[in-house]
Amino acid sequence: MGRYVLRRLLQALPLLFAISVASFAILKATPGGPLAAYEGNPSFTEEDRLRLEHAFGLDRPLPVQYLSWLGSFLTGDWGYGFASHQPVLTLIGERLPNTLTLMATVFVVVLLLAIPIGVTTALRQYSVFDHVVTGTTFAFLSTPTFWLGLLLIIVFGLQLRWLPLGGVQTPGAEFDIGDRLRHLILPVATISLVQVGSHVRFLRASMLETIGQDYMRTARAKGLAERVVVLRHALKNAAIPLVTVVALDIPELFVGALVTEQIFGWPGMGRLFLDAAFRSDYPVLQGILAVSSTLIVLSNLLADVAYGYLDPRIRYS
Amino acid sequence: MATKSVAVPVGIELRTAQRSQWTMALERFRAHRPAVLGVFVLATLALLSAAAPVVSPYDPDKTALLLIYEPPSVSHPFGTDDLGRDLATRILYGGRVSLSVGLLAVTVAVSIGTLVGVIAGYYGRWIDSLLMRFVDMMYSFPRLFLLILFGVFFKGMTIGVIVLVLGLLSWMTTSRLVRASFLSLKNREFVEAARCIGASDRRIIVRHILPNSIAPIIVAATLGVAAAIIAESTLSFLGLGIQPPTSSWGNMLNHATTDMDKAPWIAIFPGLFIFLAVVSINFIGDGLRDALDPRHVVRRA
Repeated sequence: MGRYVLRRLLQALPLLFAISVASFAILKATPGGPLAAYEGNPSFTEEDRLRLEHAFGLDRPLPVQYLSWLGSFLTGDWGYGFASHQPVLTLIGERLPNTLTLMATVFVVVLLLAIPIGVTTALRQYSVFDHVVTGTTFAFLSTPTFWLGLLLIIVFGLQLRWLPLGGVQTPGAEFDIGDRLRHLILPVATISLVQVGSHVRFLRASMLETIGQDYMRTARAKGLAERVVVLRHALKNAAIPLVTVVALDIPELFVGALVTEQIFGWPGMGRLFLDAAFRSDYPVLQGILAVSSTLIVLSNLLADVAYGYLDPRIRYS
Repeated sequence: MATKSVAVPVGIELRTAQRSQWTMALERFRAHRPAVLGVFVLATLALLSAAAPVVSPYDPDKTALLLIYEPPSVSHPFGTDDLGRDLATRILYGGRVSLSVGLLAVTVAVSIGTLVGVIAGYYGRWIDSLLMRFVDMMYSFPRLFLLILFGVFFKGMTIGVIVLVLGLLSWMTTSRLVRASFLSLKNREFVEAARCIGASDRRIIVRHILPNSIAPIIVAATLGVAAAIIAESTLSFLGLGIQPPTSSWGNMLNHATTDMDKAPWIAIFPGLFIFLAVVSINFIGDGLRDALDPRHVVRRA
């Protein structure tokens, strides 16, 4: 097991390397950059440009530039944001907790909804409950995140005035957990409702397959309680493939978080990315691309390992 | 498939009606009621959008300062926007953009995905590992982040650019499906037989294996249209996709955040059409999966 984890980690390294090359290349290919501000300035001569390019190391061959960037990146020097002149690492560090709070809450809420719903719809296949719930989750699955967010704001924020319209907390207020939670409800609901559908559908299908297995009959024949049969024998097996689906949906979670952060004025990494994109703030963009894709690679790795742990039939060969 | 005849007692011949694989698939599709409803709704949306100048008496870009933020009424069924333009008309014209972007982007994505999947699955070895690692890498970027970068790069996108960019960022699922299908089919007897009679690689791929891999491609492509419509509308909503005055279902919601307290209909109706289109397409995809994937049908039965 330990060796398997180690090997998968080593396999992830080339992937991370490729990702870093790609994000470097993407940002190199986009116009702008540190000297864009001087463009069109008549007193900025060709000579000045060359001097500055030399000072920034922009005249060196691209592979050299890449290696020097990688070197400083790995040692924690991620450069400074063009707009704020603050270290990129600090900027991301300020925003990342907000995004992770949002994503982690969504993650838990989605599983808490998807597991009981998925199990119940499978056990009562083709019942009214099954049809209504499957239809509803299917509808949410087809709803654009930003539109759902707008609708929730209109209904619960503007019309009913039950919940705040956005932000992490009431501006100027002292830290208050209740206030924080109230601000979390609509953004979390927005992402969760869109995401829960795919998990419910998957778990329902997986449960239906498991219920037909011989060992289910055996478990019942042994006289086990129905609850034990469903939870211990069926769900435990049916949920194994869900691990992969949940991990593969993490990029979606980032996307949902970005849109939701924008609508709800949530100061997270997604909004930082969007603001940086509008200002062509490349060091920030590069840092966020690196953080988010590393998180995605690591979560896939975690899913693989968890999958192997949960299903002993999978051999680490 | 030839008509089967069973010669039982002399003079009597039993015949079964000739039913091709596709006729049977069509029958299964028609039994999936949500999918049929989806086809109906989507066709209506497409027709109304295509016939927008005939259906609507208004010019989609004509502003009317005396008519801004008109709530829904008989003459303006979905109300008017911040510039007094008729929302219903803009939604119809926006439908042209959003629906075509979805369809065209998937055409690009499926073409690339099929090509990559065929090469990886058929030729295998190092080229397979290389391509699949590339797919892994493409999967590791949050797609919207790259779309945003492209949006900034092109300072908003024209229909052609957004189709190309979406296609270039969405082909991976198709390539994995095609590859898996090729891996399982390329050593089957009928392929060996074709090889034995001297068929070229090209012929084997195009005539023998690809037709047998078409079902998962069709399903993935259908669901891909829904995903592309959502992606386009999200990007346009953020102001980085289709640029005004051209309307798309997404960019009509661009100002919705500031307008929604005084004119909630601006936020509601364009999104409703995205939802209608996407839910219809997803239902169609579901129906196609049932119709084309025999294993799936066995489980339903």
